[in-house]
Amino acid sequence: MDFDFAALTSILALTLRLSTPLIFAALAGLYSERSGIFDISLEGKMLIGAFFSAVAASASGSAWIGLLAGIVSTILFGLVHGLASITYRGNQIVSGTALNFVAAGLTVILGQAWYGQGGRTPFLSGAARFGTIDLPFAQEVAGVPVIGPLYANVLSGQSLLVYVAFLMVPLTWWILFRTRFGLRLRAVGENPAAVDTAGVSVPWLRYRAVIICGVLTGFAGTYMSVAQSAGFNRDMTAGRGYIALAALIFANWKPVPVMFACLLFGILDALAIRLQGASLPIVGTVSVQFIQALPYILTVILLAGFVGRPSPPKAGGVPYVKER
Amino acid sequence: MNMKRILVGLAAATLLSVSGASAAEPALIFDLGGKFDKSFNEAAYHGAEKFKKETGQSYREFEIQNEAQREQAMRRFAQRGNSPIVATGFSAAAAMEKVAKEFPDIKFAIIDAVVDAPNVRSIVFKEQEGSYLVGILAAMKSETGTVGFVGGMDIPLIHKFSCGYIGGVKSVKPDMKVLENMTGTTGAAWNDPVRGGELTKSQIDQGADVVFHAAGGTGIGVLQAAADAGKYGIGVDSNQNGLFPGHVLTSMVKGVDVAVYNVFKEAAAGELKGGTVDLGLKENGVDYALDENNKDLITDEMKAAAEKAKQDIIAGKVEVHDYSTDSKCPY
Repeated sequence: MDFDFAALTSILALTLRLSTPLIFAALAGLYSERSGIFDISLEGKMLIGAFFSAVAASASGSAWIGLLAGIVSTILFGLVHGLASITYRGNQIVSGTALNFVAAGLTVILGQAWYGQGGRTPFLSGAARFGTIDLPFAQEVAGVPVIGPLYANVLSGQSLLVYVAFLMVPLTWWILFRTRFGLRLRAVGENPAAVDTAGVSVPWLRYRAVIICGVLTGFAGTYMSVAQSAGFNRDMTAGRGYIALAALIFANWKPVPVMFACLLFGILDALAIRLQGASLPIVGTVSVQFIQALPYILTVILLAGFVGRPSPPKAGGVPYVKER
Repeated sequence: MNMKRILVGLAAATLLSVSGASAAEPALIFDLGGKFDKSFNEAAYHGAEKFKKETGQSYREFEIQNEAQREQAMRRFAQRGNSPIVATGFSAAAAMEKVAKEFPDIKFAIIDAVVDAPNVRSIVFKEQEGSYLVGILAAMKSETGTVGFVGGMDIPLIHKFSCGYIGGVKSVKPDMKVLENMTGTTGAAWNDPVRGGELTKSQIDQGADVVFHAAGGTGIGVLQAAADAGKYGIGVDSNQNGLFPGHVLTSMVKGVDVAVYNVFKEAAAGELKGGTVDLGLKENGVDYALDENNKDLITDEMKAAAEKAKQDIIAGKVEVHDYSTDSKCPY
């Protein structure tokens, strides 16, 4: 394969598509963990969101109703985690792991019971999916060298949810660092006792964070089943929730670095898809196995060597006890 | 161990005597893609269902969720006295080799792999021949001069498909470009439509306008992506022409349903023997699918070319290279 500019734009477009669910999920984890609730159930929530959005989209024929159902289902699912770890002060890791198992089993069982297709939901088509959107003037500027193709083929022609994901990044930054809610959210993850002394309810703040986490994982799941592919199938998130978690740690719980970390994982995955069978200068044709292991190898290297000491929210994972 | 085996044998004997003199219940173990992958496993399921409908004899089935369950399920069925036990998929070979040895009185059958044991019927297909035909159709349909192939797991069997396909494409236009991708190296590669779709999009970006998949459940993503882009996909194993009508050029059908049906039937008559059968175009084991969903996509000229190649292969005038013989693709 020739490594020309067209190939590059196609890799970049692919990167955006593959990063989108990671960005949603990692930002979801960011809200939750910044408030002191560790959430390893991102994977399970995405799966639940993907399933219920596909079900609702196929039943109603509308992608928007699918999105709504995806969000509602992940909020409810997330509230179980909230209930276990905020109200009942349970172990957050145990609760999160349990939810991952529940999600993996529940989606397949319900899917099989409702559709009898081995956990797969019916194919979505037309208005039941989020189609691609062409940005204005995409055709007109396509001829402009360098910038034209980048705009027309990379930025334009993506699903609506891709743009939403990238808009969520500055929005999250603004909420977290420029609003009163954000300040309190960060405080409750560092020192809940201080927040409590100030007369702000710790559980209510944390519940709100868990709900926001649900909304964003709902977007992530919906994107996977209703925009990126056309229907739900068993275990379709394929570990992306964990990759998002890795990105969150890698980015030290900060919104803008989270985006870059997700883009990095996205581009590695895109290269894995695109470089397969391609012959590169010097090394020649690289084996499928190596290319596919690449994202994981780099994850380990990056997490081990380049992040330095992660500084998680101090009160993360610790249930808040008001009085002994 | 011995004691256990005797106990199991006794249990099986009681079970048999309770259920009466009727023939043992057949069993079917699906591969990782799942029973309803609209492709390979679903074809096996249809074969078993046909047998059930015709004979009224029920059968047991098991959908494995991971590799470890394969051997467990097989042994469980054997212990219950189910016979024949049919396993679909290349990956079942190792487990069957082991279990078949432990239960010499039970008949086994495997599809897509060869297990050398007296009580195992191995059924393999000449996928290269069917793939050659769809390759011809793809090459004649393509306007860009580039076609694609997306495989599931990176195993010799899938290269058999791709090699035959490339052979067919090049027999029409020797200078055509064929892009070839594999989804993965583990069983999960049979069930990852998102990745399949992205591989296809990437091939379409590189100019491909017809994409053939041999990827089980992953292939749905391939056909979907091709249909989304207004290009053509080619289905595999089952007739997938109806999945995205107008955008599935044809399907390389493999007679998995007939194979399962025949095994069940022969076993019911007590005639199932070990050994290997290799089903090609001549035996109607493989073919390309033509139905009302794709009749407008295949021109008379294309059909004539495919039919001619088919006759030539059957007559032995054209020999399609079998990748599994030397792990090379000469095209």
